Amino acid sequence: MKADPQNVLTGAHYLDGNYAIAEGAIAAGCKFFAGYPITPSTEIAERVSRRFPLIGGIFVQMEDELASMAAILGASWGGKKSMSCTSGPGFSLMMENFGLGIMLETPCVLVNVQRGGPSTGLPTLPGQADMMQARWGSHGDYEVIALAPDSPQEGFELTIHAFNLSEKYRMPVLLMTDECVGHMTEKVIIPPPEEIELIERRYTDKKPGEAWPYQENELISPMLPVGEGYKFHITGLTHDYRGYPVINAEAQAENVDRLMAKVKENVDDLTWLEEKDVEDAEVVVVSYGISSRVVQPAIAKAREEGIKVGQIKMVTVWPFPEKRIRELAGKVKALIMVEMNYGQVYLEMDRCAAGRCETYICGHAGGTVHDPGSVYSTIKDAVK
Amino acid sequence: MFDYLTYVREGNFPHIWCSGCGHGIVLKSFIRAIDKLGIHRDEAVMVSGIGCSSRTAGYVDINTLHTTHGRAIAFATGVKFANPKLHVIVVTGDGDATAIGGNHYIHAARRNIDLTVLIYNNYIYGMTGGQVSPTTPRGARASTSPFGNIEPPFNISGLASAAGASFVARGDVYHAQKLEKLITQAIQKKGFSVVEVLSPCPTAYGRRNRMASPVTLMEWLRDNCIPVKKYEKMSEEERSGKIRTGVLIDIEKPEFTEEYRKLVDSMQVRG
Repeated sequence: MKADPQNVLTGAHYLDGNYAIAEGAIAAGCKFFAGYPITPSTEIAERVSRRFPLIGGIFVQMEDELASMAAILGASWGGKKSMSCTSGPGFSLMMENFGLGIMLETPCVLVNVQRGGPSTGLPTLPGQADMMQARWGSHGDYEVIALAPDSPQEGFELTIHAFNLSEKYRMPVLLMTDECVGHMTEKVIIPPPEEIELIERRYTDKKPGEAWPYQENELISPMLPVGEGYKFHITGLTHDYRGYPVINAEAQAENVDRLMAKVKENVDDLTWLEEKDVEDAEVVVVSYGISSRVVQPAIAKAREEGIKVGQIKMVTVWPFPEKRIRELAGKVKALIMVEMNYGQVYLEMDRCAAGRCETYICGHAGGTVHDPGSVYSTIKDAVK
Repeated sequence: MFDYLTYVREGNFPHIWCSGCGHGIVLKSFIRAIDKLGIHRDEAVMVSGIGCSSRTAGYVDINTLHTTHGRAIAFATGVKFANPKLHVIVVTGDGDATAIGGNHYIHAARRNIDLTVLIYNNYIYGMTGGQVSPTTPRGARASTSPFGNIEPPFNISGLASAAGASFVARGDVYHAQKLEKLITQAIQKKGFSVVEVLSPCPTAYGRRNRMASPVTLMEWLRDNCIPVKKYEKMSEEERSGKIRTGVLIDIEKPEFTEEYRKLVDSMQVRG
């Protein structure tokens, strides 16, 4: 399906990353936003609160992030595409109902404009240290989908992609951006609506009485509409295909296996990598979000010196592109992870490299983007 | 005789509630209320949190969403906004609504969003085995107040009234017909409406507080729940230990989803 023209501000704009994300959500057909003010994400809520009434969307500023996450799940089950945005401290609070969203298999989008942590940390400065929280932050076993935009333009595009994936896989999708992208103002091209491809919610074609919230033996079941005769039950308890609680090990295995399988069996579809000069590379710099831009001068300098350096930008961070990293580990001398933390996604890369090549982390505690010089030094260390 | 079976999911019985629990009486009162109001089962959505009370959602054959501890009202806010025509009923308990969910409770009341909240007040955390709750009376024993509760309790209805709810009532499971009427009025009310239902727990509360028999608890409700009108005529002395029941607040105020709709409409005109 194509985007609704009333939702799309087609044209060339000069927007910061947060506004671009808000426009992406609106273009994707998001009609419900619940949030709580938190730096550096608040501009998303502000933009939405101004734009939504014009297009019949609903904006509610909730009493906290616990409520915001709960409300977007409720709205999603009520039939609206929904989203929220936050940063570290709020992300921690949202983890509770993020888990409910995973368990109920609820489409929605959650944006984390990352700042420095732990705790209140650096409200106004960037970080990428919530990446493992994104992966494991709620209790229990489950898989997640997380995307990382490197610019306002990607903020717009990946927000739409996040909505599409959330509908396709019927689960919450995370957009893991950061303060730098959020507050960076750049040119953003918003295409005409007919060029924006949207995945709309899949509802059951079965009759009431025959349809359940999770169809037996279906990996991703179509949803059931509220108020149209289905009278279904959903619960955060371990449940069977009918949505009713079943408290035993067999039901647990079936329920959790499905939550994991829908991502694990579709890793190829979900993986989105942008590679440059990787074919002949002896060293590959892997990064995501803003860090994948900061590494570029360092890579260019090293290549000028004849060092064969390639680059991989992970647009999808979770699920981790395990297959590609394993492949590369057998070919290259070293893999370098550049991220604004002390090595979170690095752990995954190192695990997948499995000792078949050297791995390096070029990281720091956050508060600023990398000095390209530090990336250059790590490249030099790697080829020694 | 009233046919309850058409309103329940028979396959999910027997229910998890202990013998002597009052929660089934609330379920039946709710069923009679929606039957009386002629609400099509498909037009009603029940959202519940966590605890004994919240398990009601699994038994009633309407759209039912069983969510996380304390968050039912926040979840329901999304459901109501997405579908303002639906009757959204939140089922919750004293701990769920006023401890872990207390913030959501007062803010939903402040916004006056059109939800009907049934709070089963049993003075205790029943499902986890009887821990002290925000409504456990002073001096009462619980598994985590083994020497008697030293904290003063919340007044659930008073909390909603002070926060801005447009309809607040208190009922109890002994006076079941009256309870049905209160639930009926609450559902009819356009705005945030609360029915606090005293539904004591013989297993986790009664046994620790010399009221182990469900009959004793029922008699206690019979003798201590006093209708508002009668209560008002009583002296301070007579009021001691008595609980005021009936409609406590019933006022008209702007409803939140309605106000938002007006905002959207005004923007379209200005366009």
